[in-house]
Amino acid sequence: MSDLSVESAPSVRTRMRSERMQRLKRNKLLYLMIIPGLLFFIVFKYIPMYGLIISFQDYKPHLGITGSEWVGWMHFDRLFHDPMFWTIFKNTLLLFLLNILIFFPIPIILALMLNELRLEWFKRTVQTIVYIPHFMSWVIIVSISFVMLTQDGGIINDLLAYFGFTKINFLMSEDWFRPIYILQVIWREAGWGTIIYLAAMAAIDPQQYEAARMDGASRFRQVWHVTLPAIRSVIVVLLILKIGDVLELGFEHVYLLLNAMNREVAEIFDTYVYTAGLRQGQFSYSTAVGFFKSFVGLILVMMANWLSKKFGEEGVY
Amino acid sequence: MVQDRSFASRILDAFIILILILVALITLIPFIHVLAGSFTTTAELARRGFVLFPTEWSLTAYRYIFSTDTIFKGLLNSIGITLFGTLFSMFISSLMAYGLSRRDLDGRRTIMFLVVFTMLFNGGLIPTFLVVKEAGLIDSYLALIIPFTINAFNLIILKNFFQNLPEGLEESAKIDGCNDFGIFFRIVVPLSMPAIATISLFYAVTYWNTYLPAILYLNDTDKWPVQIILRQIVIVATGLSFDDSGFEDAALPPSQSVKMAAIIVATIPILCVYPFLQKHFAKGALLGSIKG
Repeated sequence: MSDLSVESAPSVRTRMRSERMQRLKRNKLLYLMIIPGLLFFIVFKYIPMYGLIISFQDYKPHLGITGSEWVGWMHFDRLFHDPMFWTIFKNTLLLFLLNILIFFPIPIILALMLNELRLEWFKRTVQTIVYIPHFMSWVIIVSISFVMLTQDGGIINDLLAYFGFTKINFLMSEDWFRPIYILQVIWREAGWGTIIYLAAMAAIDPQQYEAARMDGASRFRQVWHVTLPAIRSVIVVLLILKIGDVLELGFEHVYLLLNAMNREVAEIFDTYVYTAGLRQGQFSYSTAVGFFKSFVGLILVMMANWLSKKFGEEGVY
Repeated sequence: MVQDRSFASRILDAFIILILILVALITLIPFIHVLAGSFTTTAELARRGFVLFPTEWSLTAYRYIFSTDTIFKGLLNSIGITLFGTLFSMFISSLMAYGLSRRDLDGRRTIMFLVVFTMLFNGGLIPTFLVVKEAGLIDSYLALIIPFTINAFNLIILKNFFQNLPEGLEESAKIDGCNDFGIFFRIVVPLSMPAIATISLFYAVTYWNTYLPAILYLNDTDKWPVQIILRQIVIVATGLSFDDSGFEDAALPPSQSVKMAAIIVATIPILCVYPFLQKHFAKGALLGSIKG
């Protein structure tokens, strides 16, 4: 490190710079610790982002990104005129709405119920049980439902037949796809979803409840005026995270449920990208489809974040 | 807290307890049904339907699925991927998290932004596939590990945990002549065991449950993890999948009890680590994890 400021009195600026150089030098081992992880993010997260430019190309694997021909917005143009586009757009949006409107409130309600109880052993037992499905893969969750819902020997159809109803072909039905999807989401994630709310509720000062009781508040009013306001910011943060997640995480799950009979309602952006891209080899077109989806996801999260800030909450990012 | 002992309040408690018992039963019954079904004969399943406790015990289903080495190989693959993947992920993630937890590090905020941004936006399936392919990982076990080395969420939890350790410890270790690696391995890691255990188990569960990367990156069915084999047995062989890649004998769909046995085999290892998980996430390793 050559020091330029030996003779003249060092200006504040150069002094800051040399302090900074010293800090960098002192922390060089810390940088060494960060480098492998940083490399991971660059190679497997940022290079694929750069790879999105093939959606503006006619990408040919043997020519690579540098050699492939540029085609401008052609693939996006094709996407918006594809009759399949509105189907998958609608399907994705509906699953998104089911997640936000039906799934999202359930862990809050469960956590409120658990929080009302003073029977510690009972609470702990229930918690232990309802967390279990979160650790099962989607393959296991979907397999369990398939085994129970199938027409040949599945318990649900057997029960339907026993009570004199006709059997239902749940797994190949367009009408049943969405209910089955959201029930599986609820079964897997509702219990686990309570964990953060319960932690936030545990941090509430008991004096607040005492004060509310002095004022004659019933238990419902205590929940309304003490518990809910206290977890409001957690709810907002989780809602924003959920909005960001939904468009991403549906794939592993829906891929397993999708079959030739329910395609009209089950095909979403990700499954379409998979089919068009990896099975039919339309790399550029399917990348354009994926790009559109990721972009919409980003906009949704940013809007949610902006709204939450506007309403006086902190937001996430 | 003073308990409200009024009649209405007790009714409310009873109601809540009832609902929660129902919730717990709904969570457990499918597992119990599948477990019981896997230990009985298909004949009994067909006759009694709703089996929660078999009257006719039988290991036929398990004998059948272990009669070929498909599932066994799948289990071995999954165990290998899980062990190696978890160690690798923990090593890279905790080092990076520790570096980022030190407040005097220049560029820390920029790197954190880069990390958080990947949670909001990504290149998606095809560009990622092309990178994995360029990296020569296709048909390698590493394709299920290296592209998933760090989960940004886990990284942030670890970073926050390290950040909340008392700073004086590091100072005194420095005076004793420890460098940053020494501080990390000799002081920070032993003090952070709850967080490290929790995140290790999170990674382990993710690796154990992995299946989509195997569909994308592994054509060699000998390397398939147990989750895909389960998918083949329960979903593909029954003709319920939209792409039946690589399944040879779809002629006769497996019986209910065979499917149930396969589900149990793929589930048991998770249930074995669950008590350890349970112990740790109660300790608040997750607290304060939401904020970056």
